[in-house]
Amino acid sequence: MSTLPDIIRPVTEGETVTEAPTVEDVGWGLMAEFETPAQIMEAAKLAKQQGFRWWDTHTPYPVHGLDKAMGIKPTILPLLVMGGGSTGFTVGFLLQWFTNATNFDFWALVPIRGYDFLISGKPLLSIPAWIPVMFELTILLSALGCVGGLLLLCGLPQLYHPTLRSTRFARATDDRFFLVIEAKDPKFHSEKTRSFLESLNPLSIEMLGD
Amino acid sequence: MKYESVWEGPGERLPLVDNHDSLGSVTKEVLRAAEVPKPPIGWFIGLGVASTLASCFGLLIGYLIFTGVGVWGNQNPVMWGFPIVNFVFWVGIGHAGTLISAILFLFRQKWRTAINRFAEAMTIFAVICAGTFPGIHVGRVWLAYWLFPIPNQMEMWPQFRSPLLWDVFAVSTYFTVSLLFWYLGMVPDLATMRDRANTKLKAFAYGFFSLGWRGSTRHWHRYERAYLLLAALATPLVLSVHSVVSFDFAVSQLPGWHTTIFPPYFVAGAVFGGFAMVVTLAVPARQIWGLKNFITMRHLENMNKIILLTGSIVGYAYSMEFFIAWYSQAPYEGFVFINRATGQHAWAYWIMIFCNVVSPQLFWFRKCRTSIPIMMFVVMCVNVGMWFERFVIVLSLEQDFLPASWAYFTPSWVDWAMMLCSFGLFFTLFLLFIRFLPVIAIAEIKTVMPQGDPHDPLGGADHHHDHGSAEGGQE
Repeated sequence: MSTLPDIIRPVTEGETVTEAPTVEDVGWGLMAEFETPAQIMEAAKLAKQQGFRWWDTHTPYPVHGLDKAMGIKPTILPLLVMGGGSTGFTVGFLLQWFTNATNFDFWALVPIRGYDFLISGKPLLSIPAWIPVMFELTILLSALGCVGGLLLLCGLPQLYHPTLRSTRFARATDDRFFLVIEAKDPKFHSEKTRSFLESLNPLSIEMLGD
Repeated sequence: MKYESVWEGPGERLPLVDNHDSLGSVTKEVLRAAEVPKPPIGWFIGLGVASTLASCFGLLIGYLIFTGVGVWGNQNPVMWGFPIVNFVFWVGIGHAGTLISAILFLFRQKWRTAINRFAEAMTIFAVICAGTFPGIHVGRVWLAYWLFPIPNQMEMWPQFRSPLLWDVFAVSTYFTVSLLFWYLGMVPDLATMRDRANTKLKAFAYGFFSLGWRGSTRHWHRYERAYLLLAALATPLVLSVHSVVSFDFAVSQLPGWHTTIFPPYFVAGAVFGGFAMVVTLAVPARQIWGLKNFITMRHLENMNKIILLTGSIVGYAYSMEFFIAWYSQAPYEGFVFINRATGQHAWAYWIMIFCNVVSPQLFWFRKCRTSIPIMMFVVMCVNVGMWFERFVIVLSLEQDFLPASWAYFTPSWVDWAMMLCSFGLFFTLFLLFIRFLPVIAIAEIKTVMPQGDPHDPLGGADHHHDHGSAEGGQE
């Protein structure tokens, strides 16, 4: 026992302990829990009116119209899909043209050479026959761009998030609705924000640690 | 009060979810199958049988590779035989999943939410079975990489004008996109399972695959857009895949194969067979796992209507083939069709006609559409009939242009065993799926409940502030 450093030594009776100066811990943010989709909708509208910027709502399913109520801007995802699709289309054409209708060689990590693939007297540049593969590659790269872009824009996969430490928050994927305002928001104030959340009549309010 | 929604009149909408008045109870009931400590004994028996067959499938493939494709009944002139019949059969079944998830989604058919998840799973597993057959049919499987445009020391490239190569691209794209679609749809539900996990292992596994999903509205916003885009991409894809499969036949110069009706006829047939398989799986699954509140009789009835529709399209295609064979006045074409109906494999042809064209006609009657035994009888017929359809098409090879090489195709025991064992692989994957993954799209089904609608009184809406209450409670 005596070898323990001072800070974790049990306090002996009668000993005076000087407390460390406290820094106000605002944590990562404040979280309010709601029971119905209508409540979270109302809460989101009011939070937007307050002018918060670093805030979010968490719901077990996409609540219709909540993104509008929060003022979320349209996503650029369709552009990424478009990019994926046009890449696929171009790659599909170039791949078939190079491998079946050319005879030059170049270095692509390994030396590769095109081949003039003459079959049943068909023209070398037989675009109609290449359409299926061009189409499939367009779809393939669009879909990969879509899922990849979604994960990229959402910052997923994410191994850790302060909200996921709360036991209450486990119901955000079940039947509860959460409004979270982060401490780094310029309008965040530990008491004022808390009383704002209280005015929304939530089931509970919780301070989330980092 | 227990009720079952079956019938809805004009202007009247029944709830899509029966006997549930809260969002939480839906989560609990859907996940019961995955969360009960011990699954029903039927599950163990099913898995035992299925995994034994699946293992036999592996052994048979080993036997085939070590011995050579001579173990099959494939023989001049029928070089395609069972492997291609099975390939087309399985890839056809794999069409219903994406049809339900993508096309019905674009048409805003909300009833699809209850069945899309496991129909998609079924798609993936069917495509796995399908992909196996051409993979081993190439004979020297160690050279299967020749299918892909990979730089090699022989400076050899695939021949991109061949439909067989289009098929490689179509099926692998279809598999990848279906997998992405299925997985993306499952991420929020995996997060639900992570948050309800009661063991460390479950929390880790579901946590890993749910990617840290936390239901953020900023994420949902993009997620919904991504889902819509994927549906829009998967719709032409699903139509293209079986079209390309049909090109394997139609682009050749053989009578009976070289017809322009093949792409639409194959797609309709695929949807037909796929829906039959969905019903085949849905009926026992809802019974055993107690999912009757989600997969209601109305869902089954809707699927049966689609079976009737697509079955009629298939029937139309059969008769149109005959008509064109006569109308073209091409003697070879005419011979092939007369031979199909009266030749040495006429029995297969008439099984096909009975199963695919006659039996679904029962679905004109509502009593038959909503009766479990009749429904099961019809869908079993369709499963058999669609296999025979491909059998009949492939066996057109028996009587080719040269009467001297005509033959009677006899499948070997390996042919039969491989067909049977591929079902083992399919059912093993499916049984594992219904035990370990969310069988129903939980997050999605909550959006079609009045409790999940912010404009519905059941969703907590107060009529004073409410703008959309007029339409709120209807869906």
